[in-house]
Amino acid sequence: MTELFTIAASTDGGGLALGITEGGNWFLRNVWLIPLLPALSFVGILFFGKRMPRGGSELGVAALGIAFLLAVVTGAAWVDHRDDYHGEEVHRAVVVHDAHADAHADAHADAHGHPSLAVHRTATWFQTNGVEFTIGTLVDGPAVMMLLVVTLVSLLVHVYSTDYVHGDRRYTHFFAFLSLFSASMLLLVVSENTLQLLCAWELVGVCSFVLIGHWWEEKPNSDAALKAFLTNRVGDMGLLVGVTVLFFAVGSALPDRFGSFSIAETNALASSGALSHTTLLIASCCLMAAVMSKSGQFFLHTWLPDAMAGPTPVSALIHAATMVVAGVFMIARMYGVFFEGFQIGGSSINLMAFIGGLTTIVGACLAFVQRDIKKVLAYSTISQLGYMVMALGVGAWTAAMFHLFTHAFFKACLFLGSGSVSHAVHSFDMKSDMGGLRKHMPHTYRTFMIGTVALAGLPPLAGFWSKDEILVGTGGWGLLGGTGGNGAYTLMLGMGMLTAALTAAYMTRCVYLTFFGEFRGHGQPHESGPRITVPLWILAGLAVVAGFVNLPKGFQMAPGSLQERFGHFVEPVAGYFPAISHGTPSWSLAVVSTLVVVGGIAASGWYYFVKVEAASKVAGTSLTELPDGPTTKYPLARMGHTLLANKYYLDHLYNEVVVDGTKGPVARFAYRINQQVIDRTVDLVGETAVKAGVVVYEKVDQLVVDGAVNASGSASSATGEELRKINSGKVQSYAAILFAAATVLAGVLIVIV
Amino acid sequence: MLLNQFLLLSAVLFAIGVYGVLARRNGVLVLMSIELILNAVNLNLVAFGAFRETVGGEVFALFVIAVAAAEVGVGLAMVLLLYRNRRSIDLTQIDQLRG
Repeated sequence: MTELFTIAASTDGGGLALGITEGGNWFLRNVWLIPLLPALSFVGILFFGKRMPRGGSELGVAALGIAFLLAVVTGAAWVDHRDDYHGEEVHRAVVVHDAHADAHADAHADAHGHPSLAVHRTATWFQTNGVEFTIGTLVDGPAVMMLLVVTLVSLLVHVYSTDYVHGDRRYTHFFAFLSLFSASMLLLVVSENTLQLLCAWELVGVCSFVLIGHWWEEKPNSDAALKAFLTNRVGDMGLLVGVTVLFFAVGSALPDRFGSFSIAETNALASSGALSHTTLLIASCCLMAAVMSKSGQFFLHTWLPDAMAGPTPVSALIHAATMVVAGVFMIARMYGVFFEGFQIGGSSINLMAFIGGLTTIVGACLAFVQRDIKKVLAYSTISQLGYMVMALGVGAWTAAMFHLFTHAFFKACLFLGSGSVSHAVHSFDMKSDMGGLRKHMPHTYRTFMIGTVALAGLPPLAGFWSKDEILVGTGGWGLLGGTGGNGAYTLMLGMGMLTAALTAAYMTRCVYLTFFGEFRGHGQPHESGPRITVPLWILAGLAVVAGFVNLPKGFQMAPGSLQERFGHFVEPVAGYFPAISHGTPSWSLAVVSTLVVVGGIAASGWYYFVKVEAASKVAGTSLTELPDGPTTKYPLARMGHTLLANKYYLDHLYNEVVVDGTKGPVARFAYRINQQVIDRTVDLVGETAVKAGVVVYEKVDQLVVDGAVNASGSASSATGEELRKINSGKVQSYAAILFAAATVLAGVLIVIV
Repeated sequence: MLLNQFLLLSAVLFAIGVYGVLARRNGVLVLMSIELILNAVNLNLVAFGAFRETVGGEVFALFVIAVAAAEVGVGLAMVLLLYRNRRSIDLTQIDQLRG
């Protein structure tokens, strides 16, 4: 601390380059309009929705439509800003490690042309004890990218929902919270400081809770909502602690400030080396807990599959495309902190990469044993989120953001497709109610297939490019010239490859069970209406083309001006952001990863399309698995299946060991306290009060109060009795009294005057 | 000018009026006694007016006469109604308002 002060004093006011600007395009400075629109729509729907002809949904669709247009304009403004803006950069008058910060910033700027100045705008929220808390927007590449993704997916989900939840008993309520969710998520992505981010983070959590429990009359749904909420609370504690630690850490590095929530300042100070490594490690670990709960990382992922109890559009919007990536986005936003805290620049395995890698495999394995189509997709989401976190953990920031971008489209497409299927067959169970749907639902089938291929990662669909970039980013591919920028994470490369194969295999299974074979359900399934299929086709189209925005550097089939466009516009090159190094893409890795995917599809396809199909022909019905499959033949396979079917016993661990273990003793202790301390005190107070009451009643009430009332009553009664004698009714006696009184008064007057 | 004689006459008139109001049982006579009281007051007013050489006394007296005329009109109407309802104008018998 003292050391920091002396350094700060010795660098005569040299400023720390934050890489932000207060100027810039109108749309970039007024980006707060975008979250405001759905927020207004929430209020509008809540108060007037029921009276509107379409139950308030038109308000939500309109608000999101305008917000999407604004986001597009903002995106265009950002593209312009990134390349041509040379405005004033904001410096803070602090600094610390003299030459390091400047050299860092310069190296940065040189490497990528001129820096990308984030557009920063704040207003004072409240002030207390000399500390100012601000609210504002920090618009940079990842924020603009998220604005586009969230508004687009949200708009499509709104349109889709007008058909999907049509006639629902809480239709208006549903749209109100869909709007509130969009507003909160948009607020989260443009947050300028961690306190605002925390508030938005909690708001999206609440919306998630409300929407999972949309059909709360059924017990499993409200249980799932509670589980999601409570699991997220565990992580939110981490976020709260992490944010607080960073607040004070930044305050200790800034000589004239008590603390700061500013994301730009925190990142810049962390990158400049002004904050101690231990502090950053603690903060990173706390924030990591928040990421684990919100983004469904192993071992706090258990809420996400249960969250599928909510309506399917909610699953698509919140539990696949947007809210669950909030954790990933938060890491990306606070990357300076994580980069230094976990020392991502070195090639040692860190917590983030390890958890991400583990989650990606754990989630993919669980997807194999699900009967419920949405749960397959939920575990797939967990697995893909693990991919992103792993990518961030190995330093492949751009690859992670790119995967977030492409994943949002194809996973939303898959989820909405599963919703369309369930709309037709009134069930989510693939084994008992689906099969053979490709003939009945051609649009859903085609879009689902596109989503599946994109998720599996076959070229040239979106998933291939982003997955490949992550694999390159691990730097583990030493063969034939593909090296990563941050050292070799060979283990992560292996995990990524394995997951690629598993993903391809379980999606093949899912597609077979849903769309191939013979229909096993009841009734006649029919294709959904245009309000469902049009969003599906839009998302499927994006799942095809989204990958082309970030063609790898040095890709021979595209001109140089089309390579790494996404990275160029999204990746911040600024003082508040650590220098990201990029792996060198290699053909050999792309070919091998594609072969791995093809291998996964082939293995799973051989089992389902050849063996099961043949067995179905023999049995005469549409089977979903071999009657004498490996789980019946080999004990080891059966044990593995049991382990997966019980979800690694994690729910048992939480419910029976953790919850029951705590609940019993705590409850007994609380009971004892209750009986012996609280109850006794309450009893004593009660008895004393009764005694006091009796005394008061007998002495004060009966004697004093009642006595006074009775006395005044009888006194007036007696007076009245006397006075009624005068009231004879005879006019002349009244006149006599009048004259007598006048005479007396006259006499008095004479005497006095 | 001798004021005393007027005041004494007025006092006598007033006393007779009071006596009539209190002692007579006939409603019409009670009304007439009230007129006596009012005229005693009028006499006073005119006497004081003449004594102080202002016109105010006469003005007040004129007002009193006008009001008295109205009062007698209302009073006689009441007596007439009493007579129609009860066949009597004896005030001592009208005591329905006795408390």
